[in-house]
Amino acid sequence: MSSTSGSMAGTGGSGSVGQRVGRLTAWLILGLILFISIFPFYWALRTGLSFNRELLRGDQSILPPDLTWLNFKRVLGLASVEEVRLATDRENSGSFDYLLALRNSVIIATVITAGQVFFSAMAAYAFSRLRFKGRDQLFFLYLTGLMVPPIFALIPNLILMKNLGWLNSFQGIVAPFFLMTPFAVFFLRQFFLGINRSLEEAAIIDGASHFTLFRRVILPIAAPQMVTLAVLTYVTAWNEFLWPLVVAPQDENVQPLTVALNSFTTQTPGTQPDWSGLMAGTLLAALPVLAIFIAFGRRLVDSIQFSGIK
Amino acid sequence: MTAVSPDTSTATPRTSKGSKQLQNLTGGWPVAFWFLLPSMIGFGLFFLFPTIRGLYLSLTDWNLIANRGEFIGLENYRKLVDDQRFYDSMWRTLKYVVINIGSQTVLAILIASMMDRLTRSSVIRGALLLPWLMPNVVVGLLWLWMLDGSVGVVTEFLQWLGFSDDLAFFTSTTNVIPTIAAINTWKFMGYTALLMFAGLQTIPSTVYEAAAMDGATEFQMFRKITLPLMRPVLALVLVITIIGSFQVFDTVLVTTGGFGNQPGGPVNASKVIYLYIYQNAIDFNDLGYAAALSVVLVLVLMVVTFFQLRLLRAGESDLA
Repeated sequence: MSSTSGSMAGTGGSGSVGQRVGRLTAWLILGLILFISIFPFYWALRTGLSFNRELLRGDQSILPPDLTWLNFKRVLGLASVEEVRLATDRENSGSFDYLLALRNSVIIATVITAGQVFFSAMAAYAFSRLRFKGRDQLFFLYLTGLMVPPIFALIPNLILMKNLGWLNSFQGIVAPFFLMTPFAVFFLRQFFLGINRSLEEAAIIDGASHFTLFRRVILPIAAPQMVTLAVLTYVTAWNEFLWPLVVAPQDENVQPLTVALNSFTTQTPGTQPDWSGLMAGTLLAALPVLAIFIAFGRRLVDSIQFSGIK
Repeated sequence: MTAVSPDTSTATPRTSKGSKQLQNLTGGWPVAFWFLLPSMIGFGLFFLFPTIRGLYLSLTDWNLIANRGEFIGLENYRKLVDDQRFYDSMWRTLKYVVINIGSQTVLAILIASMMDRLTRSSVIRGALLLPWLMPNVVVGLLWLWMLDGSVGVVTEFLQWLGFSDDLAFFTSTTNVIPTIAAINTWKFMGYTALLMFAGLQTIPSTVYEAAAMDGATEFQMFRKITLPLMRPVLALVLVITIIGSFQVFDTVLVTTGGFGNQPGGPVNASKVIYLYIYQNAIDFNDLGYAAALSVVLVLVLMVVTFFQLRLLRAGESDLA
């Protein structure tokens, strides 16, 4: 609505010179901000497609000084020893097993998303559809979980994982996020509350159980919101760094990409950082998030407008 | 809490078996229990129990390797009161929060109000959101490279603009905190702007139309209409972003701990409170003290939030 009024004010005959200059300036600033938001990703791509020796010489050309796929091959473990030497001028670059870390990230994020969204939906159903003693108090208690900074629970959770023998394991990385997060319950409850109840009432009178109702009525109707939550959960799980770092510090076989990428830099000596390899790895680690973004970007933008928190 | 809400009573046809049906309809604990069981286990094990246990741990000298600890009363808190490194790390964190939140909020308001007046394009909104979706580790590494002291593209660009030749970001004790704050401003400004954009859309377009009729410029409209009317949204957004900003960790570890450097460097200049807690727990194996530090952090956050809500009069809007 206000966009039409805005364009009327700006381009219509009644707009003053001041209004037009204002709009032009605003567009320029917005364009600059967009450029700053996007440029680092382009620069990482350009770096990943270059040879280190050109980069260390200080070449800042917009296109890669000497285009090569070697760094991406290297990070994916597809390059031969000679190719690695060609790309890095050393025998052994502090490489990391991208495919292994990718597999781990996929397992972790998928399991967390499936569990968290489904179990939180069950809780949201109870809070939005059932009546039982202490319901509002319990919901409020869940919400207070939003206030606790992650580090406060991190130390006791670490001890719990040690007691369970789950350090350096998938169970340990996944467990705290698998059954619920207060945000997921809150997010879905808000949507469930808005679903018209008359359909369910008819089903109940026909003798349907609440579980049937949940599965056959609520879940299908709320499917778009469940997908939105799943995307948010997946990205959050994918990006999680501190928890896997403390709970799985030693085992590469379970470490996600974020932790593996960090070890990649801590293992690289400081004298001549392997920037091209690092940027190729960084981009590859961002790739799945980019894919999700391209597929669900619009939905994410709308969800932020709707829920207003996260 | 009566058993029936208004919409239910109008939608349900009354019959003689009404009360039985109502009970089916609303479940009660026997039904709710099964729906809530997984989430109650999750909440109990990973939110409620750790909160209580964290308070207890702060009264012990817990050691993770032995996985045991003695009750030592308030010893950790006594140590904390005299711990200069705790105050230093809080002070650094505070500096970080002020720079990060200050720049991020100003930019986000600017972006949001520009979008509100200029475009509804979801491509633009999506592009602004992209940095927010990226893992902190990725963001940290991107900027570590672009701000590299010798060959970073941004460093060279700034030198081309006339900044001094020995421009340093992550290797300078004075610049490291502002640099990390700026990086996270880059990451979060688009997302914060979208939160505010959502709030802006509650402002009726007629207000702007009337102002435009009267010949108001964009800047005048921004100052006299947009800013005052978005205060409730601003308050909510600030509460969320400030709490998040106090918890900066990933970016610090990635940008200062790589290539054989000490995380939190140079010479502790970027050792923020989260990193100090992490090091006490993981590197020094003193989980009791780390727990005491996190208890104090939670208290600080609660006080900050309380005053913020008071100051910003969060609930009230001028749009009445």
